[in-house]
Amino acid sequence: MQLNVLGQENGGEAAASSCASGSCGSDNDQMAALPEAIREKVKNHPCYSEEAHHYFARMHVAVAPACNIQCHYCNRKYDCSNESRPGVVSELLTPEEAVMKTKAVAANIPQMTVLGIAGPGDPLANPGRTFDTFRMLSEQAPDIKLCVSTNGLALPDAVEELAKHNIDHVTITINCVDPAVGAKIYPWIYWNNKRIYGEKAAKILIQQQQKGLEMLVEKGILVKVNSVMIPGVNDEHLKEVSRIVKEKGAFLHNVMPLISEAEHGTFYGIMGQRGPEPEELQDLQDACAGDMNMMRHCRQCRADAVGLLGEDRGEEFTLDKIAAMDIDYDSAMKTRAVVHAGIMEELEEKEEKRKRLAAVNVPASADIIPEDTRPVLMAVATSGGGLINQHFGHAEEFLIYEASPKGVRFISHRKVDQYCIGGDTCGEKESALAGSIRALKGCESVLCSKIGYEPWSLLEEAGIVPNGEHAMEPIEEAVMALYKEMIASGALAEKAPEAESISA
Amino acid sequence: MALSIVDSCVNCWACYDVCPSNAIYQSSAHFKINPKKCTECEGDYAHPQCASICPIEETILDAAGEAINPLGSLTGIPPEKMKEAMDEIQAR
Ligand code: SF4
Ligand code: SF4
Repeated sequence: MQLNVLGQENGGEAAASSCASGSCGSDNDQMAALPEAIREKVKNHPCYSEEAHHYFARMHVAVAPACNIQCHYCNRKYDCSNESRPGVVSELLTPEEAVMKTKAVAANIPQMTVLGIAGPGDPLANPGRTFDTFRMLSEQAPDIKLCVSTNGLALPDAVEELAKHNIDHVTITINCVDPAVGAKIYPWIYWNNKRIYGEKAAKILIQQQQKGLEMLVEKGILVKVNSVMIPGVNDEHLKEVSRIVKEKGAFLHNVMPLISEAEHGTFYGIMGQRGPEPEELQDLQDACAGDMNMMRHCRQCRADAVGLLGEDRGEEFTLDKIAAMDIDYDSAMKTRAVVHAGIMEELEEKEEKRKRLAAVNVPASADIIPEDTRPVLMAVATSGGGLINQHFGHAEEFLIYEASPKGVRFISHRKVDQYCIGGDTCGEKESALAGSIRALKGCESVLCSKIGYEPWSLLEEAGIVPNGEHAMEPIEEAVMALYKEMIASGALAEKAPEAESISA
Repeated sequence: MALSIVDSCVNCWACYDVCPSNAIYQSSAHFKINPKKCTECEGDYAHPQCASICPIEETILDAAGEAINPLGSLTGIPPEKMKEAMDEIQAR
């Protein structure tokens, strides 16, 4: 059979799947670089806006089990280990069940603005199930934004249909643009009714991804590109990927770390391929950022995640629980509209305040920080709302910010094992706390609402200064305030003596 | 002549979607092939479609009971290496 790579005879229906990309990520100040029309579209999307992700929630429904490619970081015997977190079996839903669940969540969590289909296979390799779900939702719940993630193999065939359902965000996972690199990531694809291996397979996949990207951009559909950083395989190469996809009009490029534990049973896990160190990841993300917004808060959500980024309330919405709920979606939609307007107002107020503060700060000469003051990494414990409002011991993850003379910049989030889940029931408190401290490596301070005596002293020993003084304050302002306090106290003197001359 | 699915199937639906004979059905533990309907794709495709898309090795067997996708053929993980890793994980 003649392969017709660029035409798409026969590709679509048959597409099976790979683990589809998660659909989260963001960064706020770089939001400013986006054209107004795009900013308008993404400003209340928790995955694309660092600001919005503290307020708005997203959910994924697992309606797409089949996949049409194999990735070396995925093992279909478990869940996809990279783009949906491993270890827990998803409850596969029919399109009807997915619609029921979405409406139940939207009614109970009015902050939920985005519904994504991301797997557990490749959504576009399940066109019937994926598009039935989108069609019903755009009819029955028009106030919910729809998005989809794909490996791209079946994308060109799906663009027409996607445009019909008014889906404005598509995430394509693109790990390479060179078939020789691709052959080290994808062992096979299912294409034109055959299993195809090696470079030949990678070449077809790459062509389909690039073509799909171009077609979406032409239709005015927002495209985000996700890449998995695999040290020694595609790390350097991703800079070129970044350049090409941005040239073609992707509005975001999100680089995620490879997850490759041996127990996931993936090729990379078994063969001992390592994932990137946090610093390597950050360097590559910085190199790929350019003038484009990166999504540092991306949580690599599971294909069935529910709630604010970093939290998963899926347990509250299992099928039997939903069946017992009586949802009046029309009235829910009214409540939702009020809640959304309230949040947008609050975000706008924050924005105004930021501008006001910026305007006030500049002329205040005492406030100017010399350009050569060294930057500082700080960790923040927050349970949402953009505030420092979480107890150190309750934080399941920390947000990492960098304070520098240029301002405050969100870097990433780091997961920690909880050393205390309310109460003193845990036996291995100390060792788990040591784990949290390791997760904070490189940070000089951690801001939280409260902190216990024991972790306090251990943190200090580790050279991380705990700070509860800024409880309930907005994160960026508190980080900047603490940075100035550190400068004033001479805490930055060791590595940057010139900081001593500063008064805050 | 017919193919069959064994219990390593992970219920991913991929084969179900591509079978030209509607021979595959969902069953309690895993997907199964109705031997009366399965044509081995004769007349439709050069390769049996279910076995061309199934991601799990040793899950789809030919009429003689042999795995169409033997261990290592899809993941690229050499079977010894897999065993070594699994032994090590279990010993933890
Ligand atoms: S061999 Fe062909 S006909 Fe038989 S079950 Fe598989 S896909 Fe269907
Ligand atoms: S493709 Fe393989 S694993 Fe998936 S349902 Fe069919 S037999 Fe099971």
